Amino acid sequence: LAHGSGGKATQTLIQAVFLEEFGNPLLAPLEDGATLPLGDARAAFTTDSFVVSPLFFPGGDIGDLAVNGTVNDLAMCGARPAFLAAGFILEEGFPVADLRRIAASMAAAAAAAGVSIVTGDTKVVQRGKADGCYITTTGVGVVERPVELSASGARPGDAVIVSGPMGDHGAAIMVARGDFDLESPIVSDTAPLHGVVSALLDALPGHVRTLRDATRGGVATILNEVATASRAAVVIEEKALPVRPEVTGVCELLGIDPLYVACEGRFVAVVDGAHAGRALEALRRHPLGAGASIIGTIRDDPPGLVLLRTAFGGTRIVDLLVGDPLPRIC
Amino acid sequence: MNGPVRSRIRVEGIVQGVGFRPFVHALATRYGLTGLVGNDAGGVFIEAEGPATAVGALVEAVRHRAPALAVVEWVSVTPVPPTGARGFEIVPSVAGQATRAVVPADVATCADCLAELFDPADRRHLYPFVNCTNCGPRFTIVTAVPYDRAVTTMAGFAMCAACEREYRDPRDRRFHAQPTCCSDCGPALALTAPGGTAVPGDPVTEAAALLAAGAVVAVKGLGGYHLAVDAADEAAVATLRARKGRPDKAFAVLAPGLPAVRELCEAGEDAAGLLTGPRAPIVLLPRLRGAPVAPSVAPDSGELGVLLPYTPLHHLLARRLARPYVLTSGNVSDEPIAYDDTDARRRLGGIADAFLSHDRPIRAPADDSVVRMFRGAALPVRRARGYTPEPFMLPWPVRRPVLACGAAQKSTFCLARGRHAVVSQHLGDLESYRTLRAFGTEIGRWRRLFGIEPAVVAHDLHPEYLSTKYALALDGVEHAGVQHHHAHIASCLADNGEPGPVIGVAFDGTGYGDDGTIWGGELLVADLAGYDRAGHLEQVRMPGGVTAIRQPWRMAAAWLHAAAVPAAGLDVARRNAAAWPAVSALAAAGGPAAPVTSSAGRLFDAVAALLGVRDTVTYEGQAAMGLELRVDRDVRDGYPVTVTGPSPVVIRSTDLVRAVAEDLRRGVPAGVIAARFHHGLAGAVAAAVGLVAGATGLGTVALSGGVFANTVLLGGVDDRLRRDGVRVLTHRRVPCNDGGISLGQAVVAAARD
Ligand SMILES: [Fe+3]
Ligand SMILES: [Mg+2]
Ligand SMILES: [Zn+2]
Ligand SMILES: [Zn+2]
Repeated sequence: LAHGSGGKATQTLIQAVFLEEFGNPLLAPLEDGATLPLGDARAAFTTDSFVVSPLFFPGGDIGDLAVNGTVNDLAMCGARPAFLAAGFILEEGFPVADLRRIAASMAAAAAAAGVSIVTGDTKVVQRGKADGCYITTTGVGVVERPVELSASGARPGDAVIVSGPMGDHGAAIMVARGDFDLESPIVSDTAPLHGVVSALLDALPGHVRTLRDATRGGVATILNEVATASRAAVVIEEKALPVRPEVTGVCELLGIDPLYVACEGRFVAVVDGAHAGRALEALRRHPLGAGASIIGTIRDDPPGLVLLRTAFGGTRIVDLLVGDPLPRIC
Repeated sequence: MNGPVRSRIRVEGIVQGVGFRPFVHALATRYGLTGLVGNDAGGVFIEAEGPATAVGALVEAVRHRAPALAVVEWVSVTPVPPTGARGFEIVPSVAGQATRAVVPADVATCADCLAELFDPADRRHLYPFVNCTNCGPRFTIVTAVPYDRAVTTMAGFAMCAACEREYRDPRDRRFHAQPTCCSDCGPALALTAPGGTAVPGDPVTEAAALLAAGAVVAVKGLGGYHLAVDAADEAAVATLRARKGRPDKAFAVLAPGLPAVRELCEAGEDAAGLLTGPRAPIVLLPRLRGAPVAPSVAPDSGELGVLLPYTPLHHLLARRLARPYVLTSGNVSDEPIAYDDTDARRRLGGIADAFLSHDRPIRAPADDSVVRMFRGAALPVRRARGYTPEPFMLPWPVRRPVLACGAAQKSTFCLARGRHAVVSQHLGDLESYRTLRAFGTEIGRWRRLFGIEPAVVAHDLHPEYLSTKYALALDGVEHAGVQHHHAHIASCLADNGEPGPVIGVAFDGTGYGDDGTIWGGELLVADLAGYDRAGHLEQVRMPGGVTAIRQPWRMAAAWLHAAAVPAAGLDVARRNAAAWPAVSALAAAGGPAAPVTSSAGRLFDAVAALLGVRDTVTYEGQAAMGLELRVDRDVRDGYPVTVTGPSPVVIRSTDLVRAVAEDLRRGVPAGVIAARFHHGLAGAVAAAVGLVAGATGLGTVALSGGVFANTVLLGGVDDRLRRDGVRVLTHRRVPCNDGGISLGQAVVAAARD
């Protein structure tokens, strides 16, 4: 199970199995989506499968998650999302009413994101062979700007920005599972990000290096990907990390660091440090970037590591987790 | 044959930097022998020529009458043809591939140097860097072997004629004393503001005046910078705590002399011997009622960590201030001690009001060592300055060289080759980047110093320990995962020079079990190569994982749930009413956010919270220490505990929790409950050991893990086991806490190799 949590186990699995078998120059960078040359134009192309429990949660359901997730992967390529395909795997006996509800929220999310769902597929498997409903979405978008975005593009002096408070989605899911006695107003942050990304790219032409949506594994996992791919240090400030108090509360209760909690409507941007102020302004003018913050900088040393400067001036290592975290302290 | 003979003698062990060559020179001169003596990378080499009986007497003396600081491990004698050369000389050191030479540990200022320091007629009167063959810096200033001035941070100080004369004179106490110096040629002291501007006047006098006025002064010691404040000045101590980000954990106090120690603590002869000895550790001693120290020096402890001056500078400062001062590692919260001058200025600039520093660089960090007294012997708590890098002799040779990477907190590493293992100085919490960097740097330095190229790299099974990740990232070596509690027991075996098998009782906070759960209350039947988990404490959930460690009240909630004791009416539930329902539900639901544990440390936490000792902690072991402190020493009885077995043997801790809750409701005083809990657990351990002994026929028990720093539990278990005729092994040279893990990992990896 640890292989799906977005941390090191997932990366090892991807590298050991898929890269080995499918290896090609477009796959090799392991970005969220691939950018394809199509004549004079460039298209972004991506696919994602969605499994979530519960299927319905405060702020959304698996339907809008499946639309926004793929829309966001295209947005992180700097693309304008255009068309989606959707595949469903349903467990025998899955209530039709639930399916209708999911389809309706997919339609609404697609309309909100300005994309059309143009093709699809549905399979039903025996009871017990799936957990209700799984959705796979595949998306195509148009890259209209001459951007070169990559996790390997960060350079010393760059600024690291997160587009809003961290961990809302993951915290909402954990509360919605109902394993513990807690009332919480937290709602998922699921949202389409290409609008706010456009605002950023327009404000900083040529100065945005990296865009990644902070889904599974949270912001910490994205930062580790950037540090590794760019062979640079990512140094973040504890005081600058945006987290809603109610999310802090849930994370505290469960002993989880919000840096590792999933978002579905937040992204990490690495931008030229000289233009960080302008980037922040552009983001904050957009409703989905209103809570954006500069959380740190890129340094040259120590390459490959993410460091957190604590309020007291200590420096902790923010590591890629191998699996479900068990306490390390004695 | 009565003519002269010539022998080539090799001596190995701790024989450099301890006055060995002058010792040999003096003997040879006395016996009328000719020849030579020198250091090489393997130790000391001697060629002695003269009558066979005199050469034999020299060998005998080398074997059995070596200088006090030397440890002679191996002597070989080979006859060679006599040369007829005259005189006996000390020849230059021979560099080369390091083999078995051992770098000595730093040595506290000796009585002779101390007398000179305060003798107005002596040319080193009040010179803060006086040292000799018998004392002074060693490990913290050395960069390579063989140990010679040129490979120390004294290399930049050219000796003056007077010092050179002493250094060359075989009859002088400073004959070949590598760091020797005087005010004409050696390092100089300076007192500066944090910005670097010099404070006018005599540095020691002015520093003492600042301390007396309530300032925080950074003092450069042997293995790093310390922070000092007047120990009786509550405001100054509180300021230091706030600036350091260390709210509760006790500070050590340096007393100017033994009489001053005895105004603070109960210090018996054994403790006095340690305090005044060459290692001069911090000794944890029972604090006297009314001891003249500020309350926030050691807020939640009945003990006080005290030490005596161990460098001339500390002596000068102590004498000038004429009262005890707090001396704590120069760092922020959990960071490693600062030892590089530039780094120290940067990191401590916001903490210290002034820097009492000097220009002799420190090559390696070394915190002060800490020991606790238990029945007249020292139980190591933290092993660093004065102890490292002294090697451990292994009763069994290691096949291929081993590097063991240790645990996560209280980090140390261990290198082993042949019959030797060396354990690094305490480095701290590896999740601090500075500690991780020091860990890598020191592994490199130790590998070079000891010439060990590891072929096997041992590590903990915890996949998230940064030491595990460090180990697994090393290429071209064989990796050996060692279970945490097996490593604890193996470290106790290695500490005692025994191979097992034994019944190991490993009680600590948390360690990664081989079944993926969190262990920490384990009975293992173990030898060096392997173990069986013969038993453990009853399991419970840790609601909120790591948060349950920082908030012991959560363990109270989890244990009450496990014991089916209603929380209603208990103070702990009232104090934490807001989050209690959510945490109890989490404990009941389980899942990844409430991992399963058999930890003894968490059981202590739960009982401490039940008794109102602490609901939250700021450092490891804080709640358990508070609980131990509460124990009413007049109470002898313990709670009855069911022990089920035989496979596995399980100590039913819920019995203890139930009994504690019942006594609480009955209004029994906390001290009585704390005592009954300790005695009950000790009895349960002895009973569990009895079951395992009955099944295996084993008659020896090894006690390890951080929980055995609790001397009430240790004493209780030890008494009961001895009464049952069981042989008990405890730690003597490495800590029972995770600081000893690396040694255990090394001997396990070696035994499997
Ligand atoms: Fe441990
Ligand atoms: Mg995705
Ligand atoms: Zn001396
Ligand atoms: Zn001199």
